[in-house]
Amino acid sequence: MDWQAVQDKARGAQVYFHAWGGDPKINDFIAYVGQLASDRFGVTLTHVKLAATSDAVARVQAEQAAGKTGGGAVDLIWTNGENFAAMKRAGLLYGPFATSLPNWRFVDTAGKPSTINDFTLPTEGFESPWAMAQLVFEHDSAKLATPPLTIAALADWAKANPGRFTYPQPPDYLGLTFLKQVLYAMLPDPAALQVPVDAAYDLAPLWSFLDALHPNLWRQAKAFPANEPALGQLLADGETTISFAFNPGRASAEIAAGNLADTVRTFVLIGGTIGNASYVAIPFDASAPEGAQIVANLLLEPEVQARAQDAAVLGFQTVLNLAALPDADRVRFDTLQRGPATLSPAELGPTLLEPHASWMTRIAEDWVKRYGVAP
Amino acid sequence: MLGLPVAAGLGFVFRSGIGNLAQLLDWPGLPRAAMLSLVPGLMATATSVTLVLLILGLRPRAFAVLERLLAPMLALPHAAAALGLAFLIAPSGWIARVLSPWATGWTAPPDLLTLNDPCGMALTLGLVLKETPFLLLVALGLGTRTMERRRMVAATLGYGRAMGFLLAVWPGIYPQLRLPVLAVLVYAMTTVDMGLILGPGLPHPLAVQISLWMTEPSLAHQGLAAAGALVQLALVGLGLLIWRASEALGHRLLQAGAQSGLRGHGLDGPLGLLAETVAVAFVLSGTLGLAGLALWSVAGPWPFPRGLPQSVSLTVWSRAAPDLITTSATSLALAGVATLAALALTLVALQGEGQGRNRRIEGLVALPLIVPQVVFLPGLATALLPLSVPPLLAVALAHLVFVLPYVFLSLAGPFRAWDQRMGAVATTLGAGPLRILLRLRLPMLAGPLAAAAAIGVAVSIGLYLPTLLLGGGRVATLTTEAVALASGANRRIVGAYGLMQAVWPALAFALARRAQTRLT
Repeated sequence: MDWQAVQDKARGAQVYFHAWGGDPKINDFIAYVGQLASDRFGVTLTHVKLAATSDAVARVQAEQAAGKTGGGAVDLIWTNGENFAAMKRAGLLYGPFATSLPNWRFVDTAGKPSTINDFTLPTEGFESPWAMAQLVFEHDSAKLATPPLTIAALADWAKANPGRFTYPQPPDYLGLTFLKQVLYAMLPDPAALQVPVDAAYDLAPLWSFLDALHPNLWRQAKAFPANEPALGQLLADGETTISFAFNPGRASAEIAAGNLADTVRTFVLIGGTIGNASYVAIPFDASAPEGAQIVANLLLEPEVQARAQDAAVLGFQTVLNLAALPDADRVRFDTLQRGPATLSPAELGPTLLEPHASWMTRIAEDWVKRYGVAP
Repeated sequence: MLGLPVAAGLGFVFRSGIGNLAQLLDWPGLPRAAMLSLVPGLMATATSVTLVLLILGLRPRAFAVLERLLAPMLALPHAAAALGLAFLIAPSGWIARVLSPWATGWTAPPDLLTLNDPCGMALTLGLVLKETPFLLLVALGLGTRTMERRRMVAATLGYGRAMGFLLAVWPGIYPQLRLPVLAVLVYAMTTVDMGLILGPGLPHPLAVQISLWMTEPSLAHQGLAAAGALVQLALVGLGLLIWRASEALGHRLLQAGAQSGLRGHGLDGPLGLLAETVAVAFVLSGTLGLAGLALWSVAGPWPFPRGLPQSVSLTVWSRAAPDLITTSATSLALAGVATLAALALTLVALQGEGQGRNRRIEGLVALPLIVPQVVFLPGLATALLPLSVPPLLAVALAHLVFVLPYVFLSLAGPFRAWDQRMGAVATTLGAGPLRILLRLRLPMLAGPLAAAAAIGVAVSIGLYLPTLLLGGGRVATLTTEAVALASGANRRIVGAYGLMQAVWPALAFALARRAQTRLT
């Protein structure tokens, strides 16, 4: 179907976008995209605010089990990593559609390979990227002027300052991302992370590192924050001094919103930190797949991408290749204020690829076995 | 009608659960997770019942204030109440802030495990704070006139206040309170939102772990979740058995107490003091918890150890206003429909049971409360899919399934306790059964009816999972929005939504109270 036909068919469509609804900033941003969709394409966007993305995946799965092939409840879903892998494996996805979107030509697939590889799984056009994420660490510069720049230095700092650092409890994805970052520092050959993990692979270095680190963590590792927002709240409350997030612009955006002290700054580790992309996908039985594509394309619009990258809005990094943009659009990015806590692209340093999803599963299972039940 | 949805969901659980039991038994956290469901559940219920006894029996002076707080405390959703309590008692919480640094010397929050403690004390405390108001409200709905009469008889027999209440009044109240108490026990054993915010994490209480398995992105642990649900079901059964056994024990003790002839005047002093302390503690934690949420909803930056925010603004409220209005309308419409239908069904069932009580109906009605929601709802949603029920209708039906038990539980006691001699007199005067019901029995029960309706509205407005799953996400209510936002742990926005969630049920309770005082 050519794009004009998609647009014609989409007019008047009602698109239900299932996306995590835990952050008012993101909710406002989706509302803004919905306004554009309605003004420009006559598409009504409804944000179904989820507490967990898997609620939507489970719904599509149930519809498949009930033999539905259309008229599904979900039209568009914010996904990545394991959710995408599970849906692709089970044939729950519509497409490929992403590479046919008009704005696809601006996507920086060469410079940002995680726009087409989701946790090493090739996306093959079954999901469309809309934001880059990279692990960044945050510290309160009023309490700690020079933060530790390696995993080993971080452990030393925690030993000298017990109780002021922690990570979300695995299998939370951010907690696992931290463990994968540790793994990058521990493994003699990080390339092993790009292929499925060998069942016999010995993770002992990771565990002995954690065994030594845990007594120096917040609450002596007798409790962990549940997820990224809970971790962020600890930094805001002054319970922790060093924190981390998957959005390089989070600290600036939170400072702008008045939620975080303006002395908080971000930093990255020597050698780089893990990065990935957020995507949108369309379920196989979506009621309005054309309308959903309109929204996916809109999310790649330079104007929309620039707004997402604005520190006062979301601070999400763009998936686009700025060099490929027309001048008028590139200027939108050049004039953006980065915010007091956001690093420049050069300072952000290299992005490490997400390990193959099997590593995440393995680490999560072993972590729960080792630490999931306090002695 | 009630059995069907639960059966549909349960069939699903048994099918996928049985096969995964072995895998679940391999999980080393199972014994502790099970204990963390059982012990805080039983402790919280026992404590709540004791506190109700203490407060009703000794009527501390602070009760007058406490009574006004009951409705908002009950109406506040569990997640918001948990966050409110967490903000009070956390090392970086309000109490620590007010006392720091001048009294404690803390310039940064101390590294203390006041929340998420391994024994589940914080969780138990949260449950007690949330469930005692519910039980008190139901108990107060039972009508105070008989209570007062019995209390006076005991007093003229020379009994002290506490002893007289315990021996003469309580045995009349408790049987009517039993079903609500059991509902509290089941809720306390299976709570997910309170368990997640206040409970321990290594391991989580079983119900929390089940919901985490359900929502894991790889969907690889759905079978494990179903097996967990089966174990949870058995645990709830065990909890109920233990409770019934302790009821029997308590009954014996009361009998022995009555036979001993002790008047217990010495008890009134210390117990009165205790009751006063408890009531004041409730008033303080209730007010401070609500005030903390309200303050956060308008707070600018608020770093430790400041006792108050650096600035206040209405940004959160003004940004949320359009959403709050539309979702409130949906919530209220659903609550209205579900509550009216539940009242009608309850009256039909109760009227139909005549003299003897029908245990089968009672069991069926309580079923949705005993089977953990996370367990049978996905199965129910799957079962409904091929029928293509409109989302709003499906959600309304699901709400009815959950509202009905609470309405039934709070109405059954007073309905049965109605003096049948009234009916006999009316019959001799030539009135038919329908006329007796409509013109005599229901008007006399206007108080409990209003209270049951208010509880129904509160339950409906607070429902999350049924709304999400049966509506396929297409029915947005205050609570679906609030829970999604609560997953971001943003105290400001949770405060705003939590208060809004509390406002409507509180209003319903206020109306119920007016009806009650006007009609009794």
